[in-house]
Amino acid sequence: MNATEQLKMFAYYLDLALRSLRRNRALTMLMVLAIALGIGASMTTLTVLHVLSGDPLPGKSAQLYYPQVDPQDIKGMYPSKEPPDQLTLIDGLNLLHAARADHQALMTGGSVPLQPEQSSLDPFYVEARYTTADFFSMFDAPFLYGHGWTEADGEAKAREVVIAKSLNDKLFAGANSVGRTLRMAGTSFRVVGVLDSWQPNPHFYDLNTGSYAYGEQVFLPLQTMLELRLDRGGSTDCWGNGGGGVGSILPSDDCVWLQFWVQLDSPAKAAAYKEFLAHYSQDQKALGRFQRAPNVRLRSVMQWLDYQMVVPDDVRLQNGLAFGFLLVCLVNTVGLMLAKFMRRAAELGVRRALGASRRALFAQLLIESGVVGLVGGIGGLLLAMFGLWLVRQRPSDYAALAHLDLSMLFTTFVLAVCATLLAGLLPAWRACQIAPALQLKSN
Amino acid sequence: MDILPILSTLRRHKLTSWLLVLEIALTCAIVCNAVFLIGQRLQRMDMPSGVAEHELLQIQVADVTTPSNPYARLAEDVAVLRHVPGVLSVASSNQVPFGNSSSNGNIRLDPAQPERTLNATTYFGENLVPTLGTRLVSGRDLQSDDFVDVETAMKGLGNGDSKSLPHVTLITRTLAERLWPGQNPLGRIIYLTPVVGLRVVGVVDSLVRPNAYDTAKAQYTMIVPLRMGASKDQSYLIRTRPEDRASVLAAALAALKKADPQRVVTTQRSFDEVRRRFFQDDRAMAGMLVGVIAALLIVTALGIVGLASFWVAQRRRTIGVRRALGATRGNILHYFQTENFVLATFGIALGMVLAYGINLFLMSHYELPRLPGAYFPVGAVLLWLIGQVAVLGPALRAAAVPPVVATRSV
Repeated sequence: MNATEQLKMFAYYLDLALRSLRRNRALTMLMVLAIALGIGASMTTLTVLHVLSGDPLPGKSAQLYYPQVDPQDIKGMYPSKEPPDQLTLIDGLNLLHAARADHQALMTGGSVPLQPEQSSLDPFYVEARYTTADFFSMFDAPFLYGHGWTEADGEAKAREVVIAKSLNDKLFAGANSVGRTLRMAGTSFRVVGVLDSWQPNPHFYDLNTGSYAYGEQVFLPLQTMLELRLDRGGSTDCWGNGGGGVGSILPSDDCVWLQFWVQLDSPAKAAAYKEFLAHYSQDQKALGRFQRAPNVRLRSVMQWLDYQMVVPDDVRLQNGLAFGFLLVCLVNTVGLMLAKFMRRAAELGVRRALGASRRALFAQLLIESGVVGLVGGIGGLLLAMFGLWLVRQRPSDYAALAHLDLSMLFTTFVLAVCATLLAGLLPAWRACQIAPALQLKSN
Repeated sequence: MDILPILSTLRRHKLTSWLLVLEIALTCAIVCNAVFLIGQRLQRMDMPSGVAEHELLQIQVADVTTPSNPYARLAEDVAVLRHVPGVLSVASSNQVPFGNSSSNGNIRLDPAQPERTLNATTYFGENLVPTLGTRLVSGRDLQSDDFVDVETAMKGLGNGDSKSLPHVTLITRTLAERLWPGQNPLGRIIYLTPVVGLRVVGVVDSLVRPNAYDTAKAQYTMIVPLRMGASKDQSYLIRTRPEDRASVLAAALAALKKADPQRVVTTQRSFDEVRRRFFQDDRAMAGMLVGVIAALLIVTALGIVGLASFWVAQRRRTIGVRRALGATRGNILHYFQTENFVLATFGIALGMVLAYGINLFLMSHYELPRLPGAYFPVGAVLLWLIGQVAVLGPALRAAAVPPVVATRSV
């Protein structure tokens, strides 16, 4: 057969399939509905899982690492042998000043009261990130206006601030506000930069703030925060006689409360940095600060998110449940399709007797199941959009992120058509086993 | 009804029968586990707090600039709130039951002990017992001379000066029973750090922790006499009559704003809202599970209807012959009902095994308890019922086939 003939045969089979599907409208509807429900449910949950387990900084995250050292006393706070999830201030500053990585930033979070100049606006609290100069370049944070503060400014405890686009829109109506003054916690800060919309999801660099849909509105130098004793949020873990700090008292040296990220451009550099962390721990032990043998980790962004089990268990459970449901829907469709094909044994027998090959019959039946799959897939896509809309109405912090992207759209279609073709395979094969003569006789 | 002819018929439709059995089995397995998960969530959402939830309000206010004396500021605020009409009692606390944000300590019964005994939450604040409405079951409540300013305590902790640290604590009955089973906890010492030894002076009936994620540890709670200053993390707790909550909340906010118009109210809610928010994900999950169960049962039921309709149509002639040979309508009806019952039974049996397997998987991945045996009959009865309801329509159609069909060719 040449291509034209094949196309003609395909058109003919398609016509046969549509006729056959039209003959049992209720049954066809039932199969399409089952496929659509199964696909809709599994695509909804798969999309949520895909969004939540995504890479917060594609293309960059592989070079970013989260160093951990273990400054705890012998008794320790964790029963496990993992080092604490954060750093003490001393270790943080030591590692920062050692500057052994290509870039490094030490940080913590909090919220600060902001007093707008406009008397029409009441004072309000904004989420703040206190960090060091490399933060912006290391995390590829895009600037709309201006730039970050310099390392020297940071060390000089400059009263400088970088603000988020949403805050700039609110306070300065979106205009270039570089050079303007912002009054926070009773101190005046000069705006040096305005970030464009930027919100990595998950909020990988500090998961204590909530993992998803969290974004800071002001970014201040860490050293400035230490001097002004601005409000701290997030998590503080202490051991021994450590005290978590309150008001203007910072957490003691026996407490971890800072996050430290480094950029290492090659695996060799990463290996060397891990060496360095072990040496650092050894030195601190020799100095009497550390009590434990060197216990260091250097996880990349995705390893860190995995270790912190950032994707909620419920989301995984829902995904498993939805695929279980899809399986039931498919078994249902296989059963119905099989019954349908077997019922047409007579018709198929006649076609066989008239010279149609098994392959031809098989192709005809597969096209019929493919049509069901395609229509079910479109229905499933609509249902998935509805399902995601339902997810977005939920109060969870990740709810707002549940949107279908192009890759998931494509996956939906592939899944729908593959699933139904697979479901059609068994019935079509079974129906083709019919002996032509037998079928003619029995009627 | 004789079951053998049914089995021999099913043997001729082996593949289709097995598919139906498989569908019922999968549905049964998923439904059993989903019902169990719903039960778990509902049970969790019912977790007792130990406080008078319908009579409590929470307010958090934040100052724009740090007050020069936060302790005096807090005392003023509490005094202002006490004078609001309808207020029965006021307390301040660093955390609230089911509030998520929490302060926790590792407890040791001997300061030299290498591993902690357990991790308990620590409430810091004055007047908590009467305001929250938890009952003191033995010993005494904290008194004002037990209290130490938190900054003094922090400094004391830093330089090892035990005189400036708190010395006593209240604990819950659950925590007392866990630490000293069957013994009198009063007078015993709990160590939060090597220098912070707290003597148990009273036991309260129940007080849930803010971070009650694990039901077994939800009542590991201590109240420590640390006096906190006014700050944005501090909560004012107000006890009032349930019917006065809305008006008292509005009046309390107005009174605080009047005392200082510059500050920002960051939280204002009733405890019903605190609980609703804490368990919102559990509620959403339970709702989703109900939806999945409904969808599964509907799809399976429709599948049964579809297949049974096919079989009835396929066997019209056979049914006609049976009717002509003297079978009643009832015989035909029962035939299809029994056939479905047999298939459902196979499916349910297989489903039980699958349900058990899924439960084992969930136990190893999600810290779920073992599926209680009681859930198996529930799943079985549900699927038998669904099967019978679904097959009724096609079976009645089969019963309506007249005997004359037997005499027609094709």
